[in-house]
Amino acid sequence: MIQDLVVYLAYMGYAIGFMLGIATLFTWVERKQSAIMADRIGANRCYIRIPFTNVKLVAWGLFHGIADGAKMLLKENFTPLTYDRFCFNLAPFLAAAPVLLVFSVIPFGGTLTPGQLLPQLHDFFGDRSYAMQVASLDAGILVVLSFSGIGILGTMLAGWSSNNKFSMLGAARAASQMISYEVSMGLALISLVVTYGTLDLNTMVQWQSGLLFGALPAWGIFTQPLAFILFLTAAIAENKRVPFDLPECESELVAGYFTEYSAMKMGLFMLSEFIEIVVVSALLVTMFLGGYNLPYLTDSGFIFPAGATWALPHLAVVLLQVGTFLVKVVLAGCFQILIRWSLPRFRYDQLMNFGWKFLMPLAALNLVVTACVRWWTI
Amino acid sequence: MEYKSPVRSYLEETADPNNVLVNLGPSHPATHGTIQIIAELDGETVKKADIHCGYLHRGFEKEAEHHTYHKIIPYTDRLNYCSSLNNNFAYAEAVEKLLGIEITPRCKWLRTLLSEYNRVADHVTCIAATVMEMGAMTAFLYLMTIRDYIFEHLNHLTGARLTYSYVRIGGLSRDLPEGWLERLEEILQFHERYINRIHGLLDRNRIFIDRTRNVGVMTPEHALNWGYTGPILRSTGIPIDLRKDSPYLAYPELDFEVPVGIKGDNYDRYYVRMREMDESLSMIRQCVKNLPKGPVSVVDSRVVLPEKSRVYTQTEAVINHFKLIIDGIKVPAGEVYSAHEAPNGELGFYLVSDGSGHPYKMHVRSPSFAHMGGMHTLLEGYQVADIIATFGSMNMIGGECDR
Repeated sequence: MIQDLVVYLAYMGYAIGFMLGIATLFTWVERKQSAIMADRIGANRCYIRIPFTNVKLVAWGLFHGIADGAKMLLKENFTPLTYDRFCFNLAPFLAAAPVLLVFSVIPFGGTLTPGQLLPQLHDFFGDRSYAMQVASLDAGILVVLSFSGIGILGTMLAGWSSNNKFSMLGAARAASQMISYEVSMGLALISLVVTYGTLDLNTMVQWQSGLLFGALPAWGIFTQPLAFILFLTAAIAENKRVPFDLPECESELVAGYFTEYSAMKMGLFMLSEFIEIVVVSALLVTMFLGGYNLPYLTDSGFIFPAGATWALPHLAVVLLQVGTFLVKVVLAGCFQILIRWSLPRFRYDQLMNFGWKFLMPLAALNLVVTACVRWWTI
Repeated sequence: MEYKSPVRSYLEETADPNNVLVNLGPSHPATHGTIQIIAELDGETVKKADIHCGYLHRGFEKEAEHHTYHKIIPYTDRLNYCSSLNNNFAYAEAVEKLLGIEITPRCKWLRTLLSEYNRVADHVTCIAATVMEMGAMTAFLYLMTIRDYIFEHLNHLTGARLTYSYVRIGGLSRDLPEGWLERLEEILQFHERYINRIHGLLDRNRIFIDRTRNVGVMTPEHALNWGYTGPILRSTGIPIDLRKDSPYLAYPELDFEVPVGIKGDNYDRYYVRMREMDESLSMIRQCVKNLPKGPVSVVDSRVVLPEKSRVYTQTEAVINHFKLIIDGIKVPAGEVYSAHEAPNGELGFYLVSDGSGHPYKMHVRSPSFAHMGGMHTLLEGYQVADIIATFGSMNMIGGECDR
């Protein structure tokens, strides 16, 4: 029992560290990547001076994330007079907490047998093995969808309780947008469920560890390319980023639903946006890009299609899988940032038309075709 | 709280109780320049819009009556601060017409070159602001990079990045510095490269087209009736351009086209500006090729300040300098209207002189002010988000609109 506790505490620590760490990293990546895209230098003003010397550690502006956090924490927490006190204070947490929980069902590595990692650990752990996932629930995808549904509440409450017309318009937009896009997102996911035959994310990843046509990894992006695009689009819309950032679009609604927020409450909204990038990337990677699978890597080492093999110790395999997942998440996040910095934003009616008249029928069609193919092949 | 605004009382109560009044501006991210748009919204649709300008009123025209003709030049910089040189030249030409001075050929060609150069900077700023408000940040930053290069280059020539005060009555404050024209060609090539990227990012971008096509549409009649000029008028398909129709400076000797739009919507306004920049580039190159040698200012001690070396050594020059600074240029009594094609449209200066050192009356026909008159018609019936796109493409410049 105590062994399980140790392992799962370690998992939880890793999951929270992973998300907050990568989200902070993404604030920097967003700055730097957009700078590279626009031929600028980007964030480079923040530094840490090594004590008693004049050496300034700029580190490509990496410390901007820390400076941001410190700024948010130290600013005055200004609140307007006419607001719904309870909802106003609740909203940021309601927006930020559910996105943190989504990660609990995402597998970030294969099977871990702690006893095989190091000889010293064998006495303590024995031959127990654990899937690298905080909570291996059978209803994985449902948990993802329901938690992202709670996130809408935070946005709506924030807009309604601020007693500001811009906030209210932003909240109305956010609510209708997120609910609309959840439909196509759900449909895209159902076609995945039909393909994989499971709701459990870990089983999905294991399904993707096989090979298609002998050489191609059996990733979701190859078996369900349309669902990939649909899910990516709907997920960016859920995350409220350009080109779907109408709820907070700076030019018309000032800052949308969090106009009246300041200091760390506003920081929570911003942070939740970046955590959501991580979560969306993690979901994309898990469901479409093979999760922690590196092509041809199995639990015992590499097995190449030509027949060559390369055996690896368990520790190396675990590290490779965890590292693969990490790199894939970062790359998927960078791709989202690439989209965000290339496109102008939609208008509200166009967004709704796009969601209901284009994405939804396409997702439904994809589901029907998938179901037919599945029925044919069974 | 019961509070009724005396200014906009009729908009305090909406026609329909279900509608919402939203106040965009005067301090709002989208109203660059200071302007207030009061919009009555039914959901996301604008039912009624009311534009209030005047938040940047400085009394420029009244101020001018107490300044000598030279001292007005820095004020003209602040009209359309994105293209100060165009304002400078339009003002100087009005005074020169009244004085009956013929400027030197080099001055004429240089003014033409710089007008076009500043027009490029102005159009770049306008397009950048418009696309930024639609969320295309990278396109915005590309355009701002071009603008920054141009401003730095003009800084080298005039000593200021934005408010140049480069013109003098009867000439220019100084000739081109060494190597300026070589750097100009580099910047033009840089501009072409970056503008190609903008074409690639926006021209056929479905989201951009959806946001701008058939939004803020105006008919040619509508544009003429509201007194629109410049790229906004030309976007409706009417090829009225003062550079062609009432040629001034060296424009009669230049070979250029007047691009027009087909519908008068936001996309046309964007594209007309893009095409105008191409024409400006070709005009700048023609100017560089034909730039004559010679002095940049006329030799006329009634108007032009004497050289500093003479001021420090000769009594006559000191007196001349003193009289020109204290009393100002004695402009013969009379009145004149002179208009230039500024980046935004017809920029006219109407001057009345009573023969003293400062104008008796001055009026500026600023294009932005005329554009704001009919703005509400372009907003009503469209969406809230279209307010921003349309307003951006109208290129309202507070300094020029409110004077």
